[in-house]
Parts: sequence; C-alpha cells; structure tokens
Amino acid sequence: MTCHEVGPDARNRIGPHLNDLFGRIAGAVEGFRYSESMERANGDGLVWDLDTLNAYIENPKALISGTRMNFRGLADATERGDVMAYLRQFSASPRDIPEAVPTALPSDPEVRLPEDILAIEGDRAWGEYLASECKTCHQADGSADGIPSITYWPEEDFVIAMHAYKRQIRPNPVMQMMAGRLSDEEIAALAAYFAAIE
Amino acid sequence: MKISRRLFLYSGTAAAAALSAPALLGQTRPRVVVIGGGAGGGTAARYIAKDSAGAIDVTLVEPSRTYYTCFFSNLYIGGFRELSSIAHSYGTMASEYGVNVVHDWVVGVDRDARTVALASGDTLSYDRLVVSPGIDFVDGSVPGWDVSQQNRMPHSWKGGSQTELLKAQIEAMPEGGVFAMVAPPNPYRCPPGPYERISMVAHVLSQSNPSAKILVADPKESYSKQALFEEGWSRHYPGMVERLGPDFGGNNVEVRPEAMELVIDGVVEKVDVCNVIPAQKAGHIAGVAGLADDSGFCPIVPASMQSQIDPNIYVLGDATNAGDMPKSGYSANSQAKVAALAIRGELTGVRVFPAKYSNTCWSLIATEDGVKVGASYEATDEKIASVGGFVSQTGEDSALRKQTYEESLGWYAGITADIFG
Repeated sequence: MTCHEVGPDARNRIGPHLNDLFGRIAGAVEGFRYSESMERANGDGLVWDLDTLNAYIENPKALISGTRMNFRGLADATERGDVMAYLRQFSASPRDIPEAVPTALPSDPEVRLPEDILAIEGDRAWGEYLASECKTCHQADGSADGIPSITYWPEEDFVIAMHAYKRQIRPNPVMQMMAGRLSDEEIAALAAYFAAIE
Repeated sequence: MKISRRLFLYSGTAAAAALSAPALLGQTRPRVVVIGGGAGGGTAARYIAKDSAGAIDVTLVEPSRTYYTCFFSNLYIGGFRELSSIAHSYGTMASEYGVNVVHDWVVGVDRDARTVALASGDTLSYDRLVVSPGIDFVDGSVPGWDVSQQNRMPHSWKGGSQTELLKAQIEAMPEGGVFAMVAPPNPYRCPPGPYERISMVAHVLSQSNPSAKILVADPKESYSKQALFEEGWSRHYPGMVERLGPDFGGNNVEVRPEAMELVIDGVVEKVDVCNVIPAQKAGHIAGVAGLADDSGFCPIVPASMQSQIDPNIYVLGDATNAGDMPKSGYSANSQAKVAALAIRGELTGVRVFPAKYSNTCWSLIATEDGVKVGASYEATDEKIASVGGFVSQTGEDSALRKQTYEESLGWYAGITADIFG
C-alpha cells in the first residue's frame, strides 16, 4: 500500500488507484502513465478478474513482462486470496465478480511453474530452429515496433511468459496459438536460444 | 577436385552425389539454386546461406532488382504506406549472407541433368532446387480479359507497377463513379486480400469521392473474415459497397476492357475502374518444370515441402498445394524455414527437427481498424493440417483494433527483415 491507494479518496500515486479493480481492463486508469507492456495488455483486452489478478500478484512478470510494478510477487495462495478479498470490497459491482464468498480462491491457484519445468535444460540447436518461427514477427536484432523484442530475455522470464500464454492467462491470440502447441522441452529450447542469441 | 573434411564428415551422400554428377565437377560445395526472391524463395536463400555459414553455395534467381511485396500493397492503395516502404532489394542478401543473386528469368529446368536455364543463356547446376515462383493467372478464367488488357483493367495481384496503376486509376475516378472488382475463385493468393482492397478503396473514396460506388462480382459463396469486413464496411463506409455473390450472378461475368464494361449475368454495368483478379495457378516455371498437377499447383511432401514429383526439388508458397495452409507471404516464409532445414540436413547432415508451420493474416479495414486470422499447422501423412487457430471478433473495441493494426506493422517489419536480411 505504499504505492497504491484504495478507498473513497484514493488517487494515483506511484501506481494507479485500485478502486473498481475487478472487471477493469488492465492499464485503463485515466491519467496514469503505464509501462509499454501494460499498455499492450490494455490493447490486448486483458481484464482484471480473480484468475488474472492472482497470476499478477503471484508473479507480476508472468503476466506483464515489462511491468514497472516493483514487487517480487506473493508465493502463498492464501495470502493472495486475502489481498484479492480485500480489494474486492472496493469494486462497485461485487455481484459481477465470480464466487460470492469474499475469500474464494481463483479456479487455478498455482501460476508458479513446477521446479521440474523450470529445471529443463534447453537444447539450443533445437531452439534455433524453433526460433525461426518467432523471427517472422520478433526481429532478431532487437528492434521493436508494434511487436516487442524477445532478444536476450532471461531464460526463466521467457519460460514463465510462454507458459502463461500456453495456459491462456496472458492475452493475445497469436501468442496463445504459438505457445499452445509448444512442449515444455520446446519452450526451454527457445528460452535457451533467445537468452544467448548470436 | 577438393572436398573439405567437413563435407565428407557430415555428408557422405551429398559428397558422393557431387562427385558423380558431371555438371558439378570442379565444385567443392553442394549447390542450391532458388527460383524466386519473394517470401518463400528469399527466406529459403537467406536461411540456407546464413545457417550453413558458407558450407552450401546458394544462388537466388529473381528477375526484379526491386521487389515490391504484395502484402501491404493494399495499404499503399489506401494511402497508409508509401510505395517505397514496401520496396526491397537484395543487397544485404549478397553482402551479409553470401547469396549469389542473379537478376534473370529461369526459362527451363532440366531435372535429369539438374540444371536451370536462364533467359540470358546461362546455365546453373544444382544439387537441390527451390522453386518459389508465386502465382500466374489461368487463361480465359475471366472472359474478355487477358494480360494484354492489364493496363485498362489491372489485376494488381502482384506488387509493383500494377499496384501504382490501380491507385492512379482510383484517384482519377469521376465524381460518383464506379469502382468494380472481379474477385477470384478459390484457391488464390491472400484469401482476405480482395476484401482488404475493397476496404482500402472505400477508405480513399469516402474521403475524396464520397458519392462513388464499389461493385464486387464474386464467384464465392463466402470468404475469409467475411463478418468482420461486412461489419467494417457498414460502419465506416455505409452504402458504398455492393457485393454480388454467385446467387446474384457473381460467378457469371464477362469484361469488355475497350468499352469499360462489366457484364454480370447478362446485365451490362458501365464502370470507371475495373480490378480483375483472375483465377490462379502456380507460377509459370513450375508448370514448365513439370512440378504442378491437374490442380495447377504443386503437390509437396507435408513434412518437408519437397516436391512429390522430384525429390531434388522443393516447392514453396503460393505455387504449392499446402493442404490447410492459405496462400500468403507468412505461409511461404514459414514453409521456407522447414525446407531450408530439410535441405541443409540432406546436404550437410545437420540435425533436422519436426516441421512446424504457422500463418497469420492481418487486414486493415479503416484507419487503425485492424483484424487478424491465424492458425498453426503440422505435417500429417496426407497433408499439412491445421491444429487450431483464431480469428478477430466482430464488435471488438477500438483499442484492440488499433493494437492489432500496430501488431501488423511490427509483423511487416519483422517478416521483411526475415526475408531480405
């Protein structure tokens, strides 16, 4: 609460105010300057609900890679549930929020990837071939206009983001389609390649 | 004849083939010739040269020194792009990647001798040939039209001078005039393309000539992203576009270029511009080389894009019958990467991974009103089969449409860098 305000007189501070958060499109508070990543999520139509907020609070970068929110995430599912239950009180139409019980947990509480998925060592040669598909849109030299750069992304961020697309937590139908048919090993291979692209 | 240790180690078969082929005597590297420098051929040439790091000799034969992409040419017609922004050259391909770029026409392919004859009289020999010639038109598919009439009734279905001509004709239309399009039957290059073009023409006319009309004769019952286009036309250009499908004679047309008349089901329409997009087949050289079947397109092996007719040849892009994949620049680029790896595997023994294909087609309906459709594909024994896709929805808000448009700009920058370097 040092960055966000919530309640009757809440204003934008370092972060935007959190009134009427549920059902709001991401990056939509008037007068607040969001990161480019959050603007993109706004354009993609990401809506804050129990599932998306849960994912964001657990690991902000899983959902919004370039978020400016300086918060490492909340690993404990119960704590996340408490935060969301608290914030729900400040939404205008609580009846529109799935599940009536204030402490209801989202349908898929674990965004965190199992350790064994994060531990897969990516095959760079395979990743190089698979990456040729990415390069149709994401330019290898890192230039970005309209489509973000993925060159030199840290491996773990890459893996987390791709799994979030695969599970359709992150919006954007092209990326959901691309990630949706990649195996855990293929995602690891891509991450290994892009982290150290030549 | 010098054979590098690397070549022997990695490629027993290719080296043996090189030794036994008389045309290749004196060569030290396997040779790939690529016919056509568009989204398929350009990508294949660049990827084979780049990833083989000099182990494969790559020659690209492309008649044009400046290549105008067909994709985004509608945006030029709509005034959203400069023509120069869709023009590309092959300098980087030669200087950065070592591709031997030959600006010439291929006039024949001798598949037994594995040689390609050029209009200049030169001959190129190959170990593997990539054929990516795009499309040509089926003679007589629109009665009254042939290529000699393309100045009066442009097709503008290949980028460049035809695109410029059509734009000039639209701008010269009299007040309240009629722009007509004869839309093509399936299969054809760029399924949403005719309808994106209608959108772009409507955009121009709604600003400069708002009482003008657009008349489309269409032999197809339905078309790509139809609900999205129809919604966009009624929102942005109400009353301007009239499309006559087969129920209204759209499949029974004749054109009279001298009189500037379009005859639909016997009814004569006087028109001011007539964009005739004929039925299509694989680019001419694919037929000359005997690579096309009765469909007019080239059958390929789904896992590799290898020709079903000649294992030394790979066919890419619009010229192929690629199963569920549409004919698009994105598809050709995707197929080229599969073929490039398969060819490197055969010639230098690198690891080959299972083919992955994908496609997305973005279309612009009006200013910052972009839509998209896409799918991913995998190779089965029978064909390249869709494994799921998506399409923009009607009623999407303007922020999403703007983002989709901006995404398409990013894609254009990305894919042209991926093709041309």
